Amino acid sequence: MTGLWAVLITTFLASAVEAIEMVTIVVGVGATRGWRSTLIGAASGFGVLAVVVVVLGAALSRVPIGPLRLIVGALLLTFGLQWFRKGIRRVAARGLAGIGGQDPHEAAEWTSPGMDWTAWFLAFKGVVLEGLEVAFIVVTFGAGANHFVAAVIGGVGAIIIVGGIGLALHQTVRRIPRSLLQLIVGVLLTTFGTFWAIEGLGINWPGSDAAIPLLLVLYAATALTYITLERNRALGLRPAA
Amino acid sequence: MPPPFSWLVAVVKFLYDFIVGDDWTVAAAVFIGLILSAILNVNQIAAWWLIPVIVVVMLGVSLRRASRT
Repeated sequence: MTGLWAVLITTFLASAVEAIEMVTIVVGVGATRGWRSTLIGAASGFGVLAVVVVVLGAALSRVPIGPLRLIVGALLLTFGLQWFRKGIRRVAARGLAGIGGQDPHEAAEWTSPGMDWTAWFLAFKGVVLEGLEVAFIVVTFGAGANHFVAAVIGGVGAIIIVGGIGLALHQTVRRIPRSLLQLIVGVLLTTFGTFWAIEGLGINWPGSDAAIPLLLVLYAATALTYITLERNRALGLRPAA
Repeated sequence: MPPPFSWLVAVVKFLYDFIVGDDWTVAAAVFIGLILSAILNVNQIAAWWLIPVIVVVMLGVSLRRASRT
C-alpha cells in the first residue's frame, strides 16, 4: 500500500512539472494570439498523444525523446526569440500602455474566421512534447514499481489539476497589456526552447530542471537591460565611454 | 497557381515566418550555436552555456540593427 501511494505521489509531482510547462505555453499563446486556434492546437496535440499512447503502450519508453526535444526546442527557441525581440521594442516604445484596458496602438489578437496556424502549432507542439514526457514518466514509474494504475492516476491527475489552475488564471492573464504579454511569452518560449534544445543534444544542464528558473532570470534581466538601452537610445542618451 | 503548388508555397512561407521571421541572422546564429554545442559535447567539453550566450548577444545585435533602420 505504501508503494502504491509512493508511486502515485511521485508520478503526480514529476508529471506536474511537465504539465506546468505545457499549460504555461498554452495559456501564454492563447492570451497573446487568441484562444480558438490555441485550444484547437492543444486538443489536436492531446488527440495525437492519445493515439501514440494507445498504439505504443508500454513500448513508449523506447521512443527516442532526444531528437524530439531538439526539434521542438529549436523551433520554440527561434520563434520565441522573435516575440522576445518584438516585446522588448514595444515595451521600450510604449511602456505598459494598455494596462487595465486595450492599448489602441496594439494589433488586435487573431479575429479572422480562419485558423491562426502559429497559435495552433505552438500549442500543438507544447502539448505533444510535454504530454509524451508525462506518458514516459507514467510508463517508467508504473512498470518499474508494478503499480501502473496508480501511475496513470498520478500523471492524468497532474495534467487535470495544473490545467484547471491555468484555466482559472486565464482571465487574470488577459488583463496584462499585450506588448508586455508578448515579451513575457517570448521570454518563456525562449527559456523552454533553450532548455529542451540543449537537452535534446544530450547535454546535461547543471542542476537539471532547476536550470529553467535560472534561465528565466537571465532572460528577464536581459529584457530589462535592453528595454533600458532602447529607451535611452530613443531619448538620444548614449552610455558613457 | 494550381492548388497543390499554392498550398506548398503557403506552407513554406508559414515555416519561414515561423522559424526565421524578420531577422534571419538570429535564426542562423541559433542553428550554428546548436551545431557548435553538439561538437563541444562530443569532445566532452561543457556546452550548456553557449546557447544562452548566443541568445543574449544576438538579441542586442538584432535590436541595434532594427533601431538603425
